[in-house]
Amino acid sequence: MSQLPKHDHVQLRAKYPDIFERPASARLATPVVALAAFAVFIFGLVDLGFSPTRFVTGLRELGWITMMMIPPDPGSSLPLYLKSLGETLSIALLGTTIAALLALPVSLMAARNIIPSSLLRFPVRRFFDSIRGVDTLIWALVWINVVGLGPFAGVLAIAVSDFGAFGKLFSEAIEAADQKEVEGIRASGGSALHEIRFGLMPQVLPVIAGQVLYFIESNTRSASIIGIVGAGGIGLQLAEQIRVLEWQKVSFLVLMILVAVAAIDFISGKLRFAIIGRRAVA
Amino acid sequence: MFPASLFTEQASMTSAVAILPSQQLAALNETYRKAVARRRWRVLLGAAVFAAALVIAAFGAEVNLKTFFTYLGNFASYFDRILKLDDGSRVWTNLPEWFWGWQKWLRMLGETLLISYVGTLIGTVLAFVLNFFAAENTSPSNWLRFVVRRLMEFARTVPGIVFALIFVIAFGLGPMAGVLAVAIHSTGALGKQFSEIVENAEMKPVEGVRSTGAGWISCMRFAVLPQVIAGYASYALLRFEINVRESSVMGFVGAGGIGQELVVAIRKFYYSDVSAILVMIVVTVFIIDITTGWLRGRLFGKDART
Repeated sequence: MSQLPKHDHVQLRAKYPDIFERPASARLATPVVALAAFAVFIFGLVDLGFSPTRFVTGLRELGWITMMMIPPDPGSSLPLYLKSLGETLSIALLGTTIAALLALPVSLMAARNIIPSSLLRFPVRRFFDSIRGVDTLIWALVWINVVGLGPFAGVLAIAVSDFGAFGKLFSEAIEAADQKEVEGIRASGGSALHEIRFGLMPQVLPVIAGQVLYFIESNTRSASIIGIVGAGGIGLQLAEQIRVLEWQKVSFLVLMILVAVAAIDFISGKLRFAIIGRRAVA
Repeated sequence: MFPASLFTEQASMTSAVAILPSQQLAALNETYRKAVARRRWRVLLGAAVFAAALVIAAFGAEVNLKTFFTYLGNFASYFDRILKLDDGSRVWTNLPEWFWGWQKWLRMLGETLLISYVGTLIGTVLAFVLNFFAAENTSPSNWLRFVVRRLMEFARTVPGIVFALIFVIAFGLGPMAGVLAVAIHSTGALGKQFSEIVENAEMKPVEGVRSTGAGWISCMRFAVLPQVIAGYASYALLRFEINVRESSVMGFVGAGGIGQELVVAIRKFYYSDVSAILVMIVVTVFIIDITTGWLRGRLFGKDART
């Protein structure tokens, strides 16, 4: 291998000053940002009351708790737990379905290719965003005030918070749809509703179905915790057993949730492949 | 699904299009009808199964439509009540009264942000360390990959708030439990996303670095990392956004942040406080969303924004 001739270096330097002589601001940017991030991190640790002794005692405690969890054992409450798990799955399925049914028509109003006026679209979008900004657990607390304790409040909480998420996702899916098919319907004399039904929906529905299936899975997880505030499902049992320090039951309940989520994941994955094909998993 | 008579209609309407002989047309229509009928049948069957599942679920979740419609008015009136001050006037007519506790609430919101920041950062670092062991193309050994993957699966499937409940008992009440819960959950979620990026990375640079006699760590540092670092940062920012939302409820179980104030306000029916805190949370989430979206756009171009 031969070395580059000397004058080539000089030429190269002259040709690409951005690479060989980066300005100080560009060279310092990365370390400064990293340092600032680290400083905030340290400030956070101090402000949030972290201390090595607390951490070590906590870890020891945690180790002890883990030891107490083995082996997982439901005691005599297995039927109750299975019923709660069924309740959780029901909450997830119903909540997601209601949210999807409500969000579909409203999401049309947030899509650029349906409502061209941004003045009309903007409030609908912000509405979806504000609903999404509030966590499912908060919605659960609100609905408990309205319909009382129990799984029904959980269904409504999941329905409302997913309504916001679906509204955003659906409108994005609608915006990504190919306009040519819609134009085809219009060219053959279809009305605006025909355009949506025959031009848009055949493209959008498989995407939406995939998203709904994915949400049923992730909502199984959400539905398993809303019981913590009293909105039904297995979370109620879990929070109770943690409070009374019945660790074997806690680990059994956690295992049940894991198995249920894995099962729903498996089923919804299969269905998604069947609907939209292996390619479009994401 | 087009009307089944499409072919004939089209043929009679436009004279420019050559009209097909009638037998051929009949055969085509027949095939089309058959294909549509089969699809309709399948869709109908799917819908029936789904409806049956819904009915079963409705019984399981004790859905009571009568209660729902009796109490639906309560939902509207609840929002009516949280938008009223104690003296009966609307909240926005008297802002100082509405946000009377803004100093305390801002501090708690700041704590919430710090919880998610510190938690996300710890999670990112742990996920960064673990993900190379979990990716198919870079893991040094199969059993190590299996173990790391199961660990991360566990960390992201157990909801963060369940970790928080347990950590509150182990580490005591306060934000520390919240931070650790957020950190563990983020490790699981980010670890999976990170390892997926690594699996999509080009392996030729790795071969190049290995051919110079470099070890595993050098291969990761000089061949894989430059390809994946932008994706990592993008996912970490996205996770921070999600964690802000999640840490706003950590206070429900005593793990610090604004959730503590909110749950007290909701449970004790301090109506105007509920709306004030909710408004502050939503605005904070907006600001964080917009900022991280802008940051990701600046750092990684328009593609990374969604």
